[in-house]
Amino acid sequence: MEKSEKLLEVHHLRKDYGNGPVLKDISLDVHKGEVLVLIGPSGCGKSTFLRCLNGLESIQAGEILLDGHVISGEKTKWSEVRQKIGMVFQSYELFPHMTVLDNILLGPTKVQKRKRPEAIEEAEKLLERVGLLDKKDVYPRQLSGGQKQRVAIVRALIMKPEIMLFDEVTAALDPEMVREVLDVMLELARGGSTMVIVTHEMQFARAVADQVVFLDGGEIVEMNAPEEFFGCPKTDRAQKFLNTFTFEKEDEKAE
Amino acid sequence: MGKYAHLYVDAAKLTLLLGVAGILISLIIGLVCALIQYYRAPVLKRIVSVYIELSRNTPLLVQLFFLYFGLPKIGIMISSEGCAVIGLSFLGGSYMAEAFRSGLEAIEKSQMESGLAIGLTHAQVMRHVIFPQALSISVPVLCANVIFLIKETSVFSAVALADLMYVAKDLIGLYYQTDEALLMLVIAYLILLLPISFVAAWLERRLRYAGFGN
Amino acid sequence: MQDLGIRVLFMGNNFIRLLGGLWITIKISLISVVLSIVLGILLGLLMTLKNPVTKAVTKVYLEFIRIMPQLVLLFLVYFGATKAFGIQLSGQVSAVIVFTLWGTAEMGDLVRGALISIPKHQYESGAALGLESSQIYRYIIIPQTLRRLIPLAINLTTRMIKTTSLIVLIGVVEVLKIAQQIIEANRYTVPDSALWIYGAVFFLYFLACWPISLLASKLEKKWKN
Repeated sequence: MEKSEKLLEVHHLRKDYGNGPVLKDISLDVHKGEVLVLIGPSGCGKSTFLRCLNGLESIQAGEILLDGHVISGEKTKWSEVRQKIGMVFQSYELFPHMTVLDNILLGPTKVQKRKRPEAIEEAEKLLERVGLLDKKDVYPRQLSGGQKQRVAIVRALIMKPEIMLFDEVTAALDPEMVREVLDVMLELARGGSTMVIVTHEMQFARAVADQVVFLDGGEIVEMNAPEEFFGCPKTDRAQKFLNTFTFEKEDEKAE
Repeated sequence: MGKYAHLYVDAAKLTLLLGVAGILISLIIGLVCALIQYYRAPVLKRIVSVYIELSRNTPLLVQLFFLYFGLPKIGIMISSEGCAVIGLSFLGGSYMAEAFRSGLEAIEKSQMESGLAIGLTHAQVMRHVIFPQALSISVPVLCANVIFLIKETSVFSAVALADLMYVAKDLIGLYYQTDEALLMLVIAYLILLLPISFVAAWLERRLRYAGFGN
Repeated sequence: MQDLGIRVLFMGNNFIRLLGGLWITIKISLISVVLSIVLGILLGLLMTLKNPVTKAVTKVYLEFIRIMPQLVLLFLVYFGATKAFGIQLSGQVSAVIVFTLWGTAEMGDLVRGALISIPKHQYESGAALGLESSQIYRYIIIPQTLRRLIPLAINLTTRMIKTTSLIVLIGVVEVLKIAQQIIEANRYTVPDSALWIYGAVFFLYFLACWPISLLASKLEKKWKN
């Protein structure tokens, strides 16, 4: 795909908790409308990387730019930046004391100070889109994992973010619920949303990605188009990683 | 029997008044201490933990004796009522702090992150996400503390306050009205404490946010 | 003036007398705790029975004891027993009776809580290993129950010691009473002794309770997982 303007730029990012770097010198760009999929073994730093992008983790070196503005500085107003960067977590993190609708409305009404009726209208539209309009008045605990995650996606979407971060959003789900969440994400991708996705679902990664980034040991080992990456990866480490994965899948089938 | 009822009514009013004042101050002290611990504020955190240990490991009666009989010797004169409220607050503050703290700590850190991720400020997340949940977890312990503190007011007679125990003791000592005095005493405390206990049980059920937290 | 005040603590055998008073408090607490643990375990077991009569009786007992201030209970036994049964109970005996009644209620509730908190599958997985019922209790249920119970029982001890301070109000000569006596005896020579003596009593209580509290929270943390 022909490169549109850069939405998010990361230059030489280093993350260190004080006992050796977790992320060493990461640089990459995300263009408008692009879907970037991060894969790699557990502990490779992919989730940490995602959390650095919206300031949930501080970084020790390098810089992050959104729309050409540095957002990794000391004076960053994160609450403004985070309205432009939506994030969905592995463990949903809905607010258990609020109904589905109130969960979704918290951001628009408290952060963006939008009028409640207008926000409700949009929330209902989005809920309809993910097939959960009938659940708007229930509490999170009354939902299945897949439903919770779709609500969490709506909660992020209603802020009209420029880019969405997905942190292993299907990892905590029962297998039969994975699909409903991935379908929502696929639809978003087709609608032109800019997304950075951390996932273990290889087939999904292949289907949704414009660009696959393989992280291992805190660095980018390979960055490639999905057909090439999954077809014939350039590096041994990527090949090895993909092999393990297939083996695990075979194993599952054998069960 | 009714002859002395008004004495008990007055005493109960006094108990309730001082008790409520002490409990309100305890709640404030408790909240402040819990926040200091939650944010691990340096130095202050130490002070709070010393206070909590001192408060939790000494009896209210001894605290009152020190306030009422000890402090005047270095020129600090506090009225009986003042001692009672200060003592109860000193005691209650640590219990309330533990209640709030356990509520706050029960909320996963990721709830804060998910609030921040939709652009809420730290203060907004505390207000809309963390506090409501923490409070609903704390409520049973807070209620138990309220009952505990009202019960503790029964030692106020030791600093010359005409509370329920004082009246009962008077009637026993002066008029040998033991049966009546004791019966009225029990009834008075039941009237004071049973409603609180029922409200506490009801609150506990209600505040669980439609079963959230189970 | 100030150093004069603190001196009263160490004049003659004042400090030893205070310690002696504290010992009376602690002695009464310990006797009550031991009795409470034994009776509390029985009460706890009784409360897990499905029998509606025992259920109702134990519930009323528990609720009444727990809602009444301990000082009221002390008055009831100390003054009431004399009147009702014509027996003159000493302050110390009244105290042991009251604190045992109270401790038994608290302990019983803890025991019941610990017993019902052991998940059913613990019994089942024991049975699945082929253990007999008595073996399941001995190796699986009782050790787990104890781990939940011991820290709470230790905590009950500090609560008991603190509550025992009340016995001065029914005339038992214990640490606060002795403090008063020392202050009285020195009221002309050391007028500010009250500050120091009551301060000392405060810290004596603290030193008696604090290590026990620490032990309880250590054990609780250690056995949590």
